[in-house]
Amino acid sequence: MIKDILPMSIIAEGSRVPHKFDIAASRLRCLNYRKRILEVSQQVAALHIGGAFSALEMIDCIYHGLMNRDSNNGSSFDTFILSKGHAGIAQYVVLENLGILSRTDLDLYCKPNGILGCHPDFGVPGIEASTGSLAHGLGLSVGMAHADRLLKADRKIYLLMSDGELQEGSVWESMMMGANLGLKNLVAFLDHNGFQSSGRTRDNHPKFYPIREKVEAFGWECLEVNGHDTDAIYRAVLNRKGDSPFLLICNTVKGRGVSYMEDEPIWHFRSPNFEEYEQALKELEKKYNEK
Amino acid sequence: MRNRFADTVYQLGLEDQRVCVVVADISPAGSIVRFQREFPERFINCGVAEATMIGIAAGLAMRGLRPFCYSIATFSLYRPFEMVRVDLCYQNLPVTVVGMGAGVIYSNLGGTHHAMEDIAVASAIPNMTVLAPCDPEEMGLATRWCATESAGPVYMRLGKIGEANLTANAVAPFVPGKIRYLQRGSDVAILSYGITVAMAFEISHNLMAKGISVSVLSCHTIKPLDKEGILQILHSHKRVVVLEEHVPHGGLGSRVKEIAWDARADCQLQSFSLKDEFIVCYGSHEELLCAHGLTVKSVLEKLL
Repeated sequence: MIKDILPMSIIAEGSRVPHKFDIAASRLRCLNYRKRILEVSQQVAALHIGGAFSALEMIDCIYHGLMNRDSNNGSSFDTFILSKGHAGIAQYVVLENLGILSRTDLDLYCKPNGILGCHPDFGVPGIEASTGSLAHGLGLSVGMAHADRLLKADRKIYLLMSDGELQEGSVWESMMMGANLGLKNLVAFLDHNGFQSSGRTRDNHPKFYPIREKVEAFGWECLEVNGHDTDAIYRAVLNRKGDSPFLLICNTVKGRGVSYMEDEPIWHFRSPNFEEYEQALKELEKKYNEK
Repeated sequence: MRNRFADTVYQLGLEDQRVCVVVADISPAGSIVRFQREFPERFINCGVAEATMIGIAAGLAMRGLRPFCYSIATFSLYRPFEMVRVDLCYQNLPVTVVGMGAGVIYSNLGGTHHAMEDIAVASAIPNMTVLAPCDPEEMGLATRWCATESAGPVYMRLGKIGEANLTANAVAPFVPGKIRYLQRGSDVAILSYGITVAMAFEISHNLMAKGISVSVLSCHTIKPLDKEGILQILHSHKRVVVLEEHVPHGGLGSRVKEIAWDARADCQLQSFSLKDEFIVCYGSHEELLCAHGLTVKSVLEKLL
């Protein structure tokens, strides 16, 4: 579907960065990712649509703006780890767009003869770690980033975590270690949509805040941006000081782009029915054309 | 055994740049200090943070390195259990988790430091290999295998310090995945692993003094267990004794009984283990084993 809509130049971007990050193209891709996820939601009712929609701009910016990708075999040179594995479908549609996963792979999403489950699995094309259980990604990333430095590999690790994930103690253990080891090649993103399964984090867990001060106290460089503004994300990462590991707090909206999903906890895991699906498509198109 | 482990890891570190050591605030002693000093970039001390120790080791292994995680068994296996299961076992990465002082070796440190069910816990996870070498010599060979040949995660149960050499006169070599005859007899076979093999030898001496012919075996690879080897033992001895410093369920005793049942073995089969209890006894290792009923004397009473 995406391949039918997008011009070839956007579909098969295999060139190595730094390249110019085309914001307009990113915006169109993000519309199409959302439409594709909605399409998949009509095949099988097993995806975390709210947390996928909040993360798409970050994932697009990482793959298309920031990562060095090896154009020869379609696999990545830099590493991306989706620590919030429940947004797996968001990574899958980006990988499909890049040609690393096929349309058939997505057609068989969560089906017994397919390779893609709700959560990413190590060994699937484009997937570099098994996630789904929260708070594993940062430890793995610290190990990889340290190994890359040891092996003198010019490579970066991009990591995307959920905000709820930061409630796990192991994240803070690994954060300390990332700073202790001085891992400048580690760039993390926080999908701060403010909601977790049990509801709004600010209500249920007020002392979770402030985040930025905590992260900085653990020796990381930390900035905060609008997580749906790919240009802001891209510039924040490129302009970081880079003397330590970096975390970008991306303020996002869970279910972004569909009115009835936004900030509604039920859309953490629900799939739309057909009427809701149609409405969502219309809203997304309308919003895209407004701007 | 701990010193031999450190010596071996240091030697491996010299030979192979992929070998790394990831620890969680373990007091640096012996050759581990040498490893740390000479290969600082391959030695990571995570502080008191075992979940991260396992996560970092997994990340290193994903880049082709061969990490050893090293701490007291309760902390290297139990505390970060879900990281061991997901990061190491689900992803099937060649990381060795070393559990030092397993069983009830740390007697007077109390129940928080006793790993009485580590073999059951580690063996329950798919892809995991479980090793428990019986003496420093076997430990050295097992460690080398972990660093150079193992293709997936390993949990290795380690004693502490000062264990005697039990394999100098072994009648068979160390082969990963195979039970190892240390002494060959025909009446009774004693199957054991780890430091408990020393107790097996003591029991054997007592039985031999009464004219009984005894085989003593080191079952250093508890998972995957050498089923063929166990069957051969069950068929060739009148009596088979399993001896382990572990709770009664989920260890070697349970496994041997499963195999014996499936094979309709007609030998006598007795297993001796720790009790399924947290026993508070702040004495020596031997005194705590005595409280569990696991002593040479109590085993002999039931055998003779």
